Amino acid sequence: MERLLRIDRRVIFVLIFAAVLVPFLANLKLKPGAPSPSTRDVYDFIGKLPAGAAIMLAFDYGPASMPELQPMAAAICRHAFRRDLRVICLALSPQGFLLADRVLAETGPQEGAAYGEDYVNLGFKPGYTAVVLNMGQSIPGVYSQDTKGTPVERLPVMRGIRNYSDIALIVDLASSNTPATWVAFAHERFKVPVAAGITAVMATEYYPFYQSKQLVGLLNGLKGAAEYEYLIENPDRGAMGMASQSIAHAVIIVFVILGNVGYFGARRRRRVTR
Amino acid sequence: MAAADALSNLTTGQIVGLWLQAAFTLAIFSFLWSDNPVYKLAEHIFVGISAGYGVVLVWHQAVLPLLLFKLLPQISGGAELSANYWVVIPGALGVLMLTRFFPKYDWLSRWPIAFVVGLYAGAGIPAVVQASILEQSQATLEPLKALHGPLIWGSPPVGSDGASVLTAFNAVLLLTGVICTLSYFYFSLPHTGILGVTSRIGIWFLMVAFGAGFGNTVMARVSLLIGRVQFLLEDWWRGTGIRLFGGG
Repeated sequence: MERLLRIDRRVIFVLIFAAVLVPFLANLKLKPGAPSPSTRDVYDFIGKLPAGAAIMLAFDYGPASMPELQPMAAAICRHAFRRDLRVICLALSPQGFLLADRVLAETGPQEGAAYGEDYVNLGFKPGYTAVVLNMGQSIPGVYSQDTKGTPVERLPVMRGIRNYSDIALIVDLASSNTPATWVAFAHERFKVPVAAGITAVMATEYYPFYQSKQLVGLLNGLKGAAEYEYLIENPDRGAMGMASQSIAHAVIIVFVILGNVGYFGARRRRRVTR
Repeated sequence: MAAADALSNLTTGQIVGLWLQAAFTLAIFSFLWSDNPVYKLAEHIFVGISAGYGVVLVWHQAVLPLLLFKLLPQISGGAELSANYWVVIPGALGVLMLTRFFPKYDWLSRWPIAFVVGLYAGAGIPAVVQASILEQSQATLEPLKALHGPLIWGSPPVGSDGASVLTAFNAVLLLTGVICTLSYFYFSLPHTGILGVTSRIGIWFLMVAFGAGFGNTVMARVSLLIGRVQFLLEDWWRGTGIRLFGGG
């Protein structure tokens, strides 16, 4: 029994790595079950917006969270472009606006959307609480130009956008506590609907905001991304990772069980010896 | 297919970039085996690049457009038409932060800190109280509407269908969890008697929450590994490695 407690951690690393790698090599695909209500709520909310409505997509994460949040961003952009919605991207995280460029450069042309007319990247501004608060007064006042240096009044996508009253939905894709800031300062103060796409680590912290309807919906980690990709019938990177995710979880569960069996077995043996 | 097409059109610079990404990924992974100089090198380069990126970004996104262009519109290339000297005040406060490097004058840095703390406390406290306490308290109690049956008003019982029974159960569970968990953190009385029972139940709720948190953390970490494996297989190996070594 005690041998179970002395498994070299490198054995676990190798097995987890194999569990993630093999499904890709074997081209194994596992479809997630029915989408979570929190994911479907985001999809339904965007699906019911009239053509021409503007949604704001906040890229509040860096490259470290790309595997979870980038597929979400791509899926939401695709959905919005197919619904003829205007997509206004910005970032409260220093590296977020570069990641927004990547997503828009891929999804925009593929979905027939044009930069400046259907979508725009306004870039990063420091001091996120002040940025969120001030956009309630004037969005062009905070972001006077996009990342290419074009004044926003010359961009058709920004026509008629003054403040949050012209935004149908804010989706915060976040790897830190920015959804709480959007809820506190944009939703509570200016009554604009807010949804969030978050890393799985943050999920337990933000489900209460979804339960209280302060968030209209919540995408949770890679699973949320995969669910959204299936909802828009465009399985992509999120969906591809679900087989690896499921098998890796099974391996981890086996190790948790083995660890507990080893621990309780060793404890019992010590008691008997005494 | 689109991704494959994009990879086939890579420039030399992009290919070098992909190889560097792959090399650094493997260098960081090498720590899983044991600490080693290759890992240390990758770590130091990462820290240096992050710091450099941060400095450049703050210069271009904050110092230039929010301070210097407003003071000297002639260097803004048309972005600012007239000077705005009010920005001298936040600029001076920002400079005072740098006095922390000089022990004789570091007390001056308390002024900008006091300004920032005061501003964010004033803006934040009402909003956070509303969002995190009042709204959450309301959301905790609101599901109890599902219990408008005999338990509260003596009006018609909770619907017999499974959904409303579950809603009622969830409402009671939620309220029990909140009260018991709060009672665990009430330290002004000894945890004996009723308080002992509720705080003990509170511990169980906390354990469930920690378990859910741990499960989500595992999911997040595995997702990061999946992201790296996807990069190594799809972008790096299929995009550059196979071509380099003459495969299909």
